[in-house]
Amino acid sequence: MAAKILIAEDSPTMRSLIVSTIAALGDYEIVEAANGFEALRILPREKVDLVITDINMPDINGLELVSFVKNNPNYQNTPLFIISTESSERDREKGMALGADAYLVKPFSPEELQSLIRQYLPQEA
Amino acid sequence: MSDHSSSRAIHEFLAEAEEIIENLNRGLVSMGEQVESGEIDPDTVNAIFREAHSIKGLSGMFGFDDISQLSHQMENLLDSLRLGKLSLSRQMLEVLFQGVETLARLVSGKADDDAFQLDLGPVMALIENLLEGEPDPAADLLDGIDLDSSLLNVLTEYEEHRLRENLSRGRRLLLVKANFSLASFDQELAELTDALKKTGELISTLPSPGDADDRIGFQLLVGTDRELSEVSAAIDRDSVKFEEVHRKPPSSGAHPTTANPTVTNAEVEDVATGSELTDPVAGADEQAASLRSFSRTVRVDIEKLDNLMNIVGELVLSKGAIQRIAEEIKDKVSNDLAADLHKATRGLERRLDELQAGVMEVRMVPISQLFDKMTRIVRRVANEHGKSVSLDIRGAETELDKLIVEDLTDPLMHIIRNAIDHGIETPEERKSAGKEERARISLHASQKGNHVVIEVQDDGRGIDPQRVRQKAIEKGLISSEVVLSREEVHDLLFMPGFSTRDEVSDLSGRGVGMDVVKNNIAALSGMIEIDSEPGQGTTMTITLPITLAIIKALIVRASGQTYAVPINSVLETLMLDPAVIETIERREVIELRNSTLPLLRLSEAFDLPLNEHHEEKLFVAVVGLAEKRLGIVVDELLGQQDVVIKSLGRTLSFVKGIAGAADLGSQRTILVLDVGGLMSEALRAEVGAHV
Repeated sequence: MAAKILIAEDSPTMRSLIVSTIAALGDYEIVEAANGFEALRILPREKVDLVITDINMPDINGLELVSFVKNNPNYQNTPLFIISTESSERDREKGMALGADAYLVKPFSPEELQSLIRQYLPQEA
Repeated sequence: MSDHSSSRAIHEFLAEAEEIIENLNRGLVSMGEQVESGEIDPDTVNAIFREAHSIKGLSGMFGFDDISQLSHQMENLLDSLRLGKLSLSRQMLEVLFQGVETLARLVSGKADDDAFQLDLGPVMALIENLLEGEPDPAADLLDGIDLDSSLLNVLTEYEEHRLRENLSRGRRLLLVKANFSLASFDQELAELTDALKKTGELISTLPSPGDADDRIGFQLLVGTDRELSEVSAAIDRDSVKFEEVHRKPPSSGAHPTTANPTVTNAEVEDVATGSELTDPVAGADEQAASLRSFSRTVRVDIEKLDNLMNIVGELVLSKGAIQRIAEEIKDKVSNDLAADLHKATRGLERRLDELQAGVMEVRMVPISQLFDKMTRIVRRVANEHGKSVSLDIRGAETELDKLIVEDLTDPLMHIIRNAIDHGIETPEERKSAGKEERARISLHASQKGNHVVIEVQDDGRGIDPQRVRQKAIEKGLISSEVVLSREEVHDLLFMPGFSTRDEVSDLSGRGVGMDVVKNNIAALSGMIEIDSEPGQGTTMTITLPITLAIIKALIVRASGQTYAVPINSVLETLMLDPAVIETIERREVIELRNSTLPLLRLSEAFDLPLNEHHEEKLFVAVVGLAEKRLGIVVDELLGQQDVVIKSLGRTLSFVKGIAGAADLGSQRTILVLDVGGLMSEALRAEVGAHV
């Protein structure tokens, strides 16, 4: 059973970059959400093993999503990464305080993301 | 460049970047309108900030450091603005516009060559100067409210600022709590959100686990000028609870009060009702449905649509062939089978028409995509020349084929630049001429049948016919004895070599590159006309077909050659007795319903050998674009047919009077006439005849 990763990011280009970076790692299933709203719909319906979210999204932002995941008994143990830019340091700190497991600062290299994923979702040999 | 940079990925990035720049531009325009009214909408500022933020993140990923640096600086400036650290000024708006303009140039440059660069120093320095003026943030008002930390902790820096802003304006803070079924929460939340936005500003939406496994809770923070009871009455939903967030008493060490009194429209015990509580988790179909994006948009490369259009075109031709065969069978073999075949081809024709219309529709984009770019041009060029210009846009929702919109960008930019550079006077000149100091350019698009008409009108100094005439005489384009109508004088501006760069400052300069503009528009089967009133202003009218791909054409023959004339330019066809042709000033004309119609013999226009046999009768296709008319004289009219236009390619693009080639479906390729080009050549020859 391949591990499932949920990506919440409103920029389609950034989303497809993340998807292709993960695809290069091999056997992961990817579910995409174009905003926080969509991520909320997906979470109860899919058994997600990892969440990767942007912070700045319309309507429901990344911090609100982190809070929802980490306060929910169903998902609180699901690892969650935040993606943010250099300038949103305060928001990033807040995200980590809310229980995010790791963060990536844009622009990040594919290797950075890949090594984080390997760390949190080791694939069976 | 990082390893993200495959050419396809870069292409995707540039497409999204272009979209972001358009959004930035639109946002700044509406922010500019708000500056006038003195009331800035925080949502507008935040939306622009988010766009700058997106392009910064993306360009960094692709290793476009220059785009990333500039958008980063713009993001900082917008961040200070949205967080209330800086207030919006005209100067800041100008700098932001310059930033967007530079981003647009960088992105379009990199689309051709990813090593393209610009000197960003000046615009970066401008932004830097504005940022240095940043004052310290005011004392924190958030300590003064009794809001649970679980809510405060999920507010982004921007949301915190909005919360402070609402507090400093003395607005009431409401906490709205709702619980929805997982199966339908998105719709219910959207309805609640919309209703709340009508009562005030929605600052934050925090989702939380619901009061049952199959439910989800939300806490929404709203700033409002209304009473709590008023808001709850306006929402009027049973399952929604309202609390007022109180301010702490000013004494230090205040203890947070316990639960605030809550108001509900009905203290609802969420009783499970079967349908509401079923979670559509089982079943692949429902799963698929649950992953549907809210966005109903697909971005498609125009080349794919071209491809599709070509296939539709080929189908149209095949349909024509089948129809002809069916007709023949019906004529020769009169039986049920032949009748059925005939009926089936009619059905095929209807469906094919729908398919063709559908593909056409997909290619259509609102002309606002082009007009939005012009707002930037107007702003920049007006600033460069120290002129004050307002741009009035109408009909931006008019739709045109995407490729036409793209190809129209440069000609339209040139026309507008010319209008500001040469047509519009300085504020001082305008004042002394008794005009408003602020000039006006109006950009107006409208659909007329199968054409779109774009008018660019300015209220500047207009074109001085005497000076244009003088210039044409100096350049040997006309003789000094000739008397020209105002329209003929305006046509001179489109003659190649009418003006040269070193004389731009001489006379109005309206002829600079206008021949190129005209050719570009002619290449789109369009036409451009000038009308000007000295002292009052100038209007340029561009008439274009809505789409270029498949057209209905009138098939004609001249000197044994077959041509296609786009039917949307044909007003009528006539049979002509050569005896009624008159010659006025060496031009052949006929009298048609009390007006004179100039004629153009197609054989002569293309230097074809004249027919040997004596002309007993000729045919005329009367064509018209905008206000002009011309009779194209041919030997035969062969009927109407759908044709698929193919470009002649760059190598043959210089051929005058030909818009492209078309496949007739019977393995024959014919040329399609460029009616606009032929008309301007023929009607210009009238001017030339005076030389």
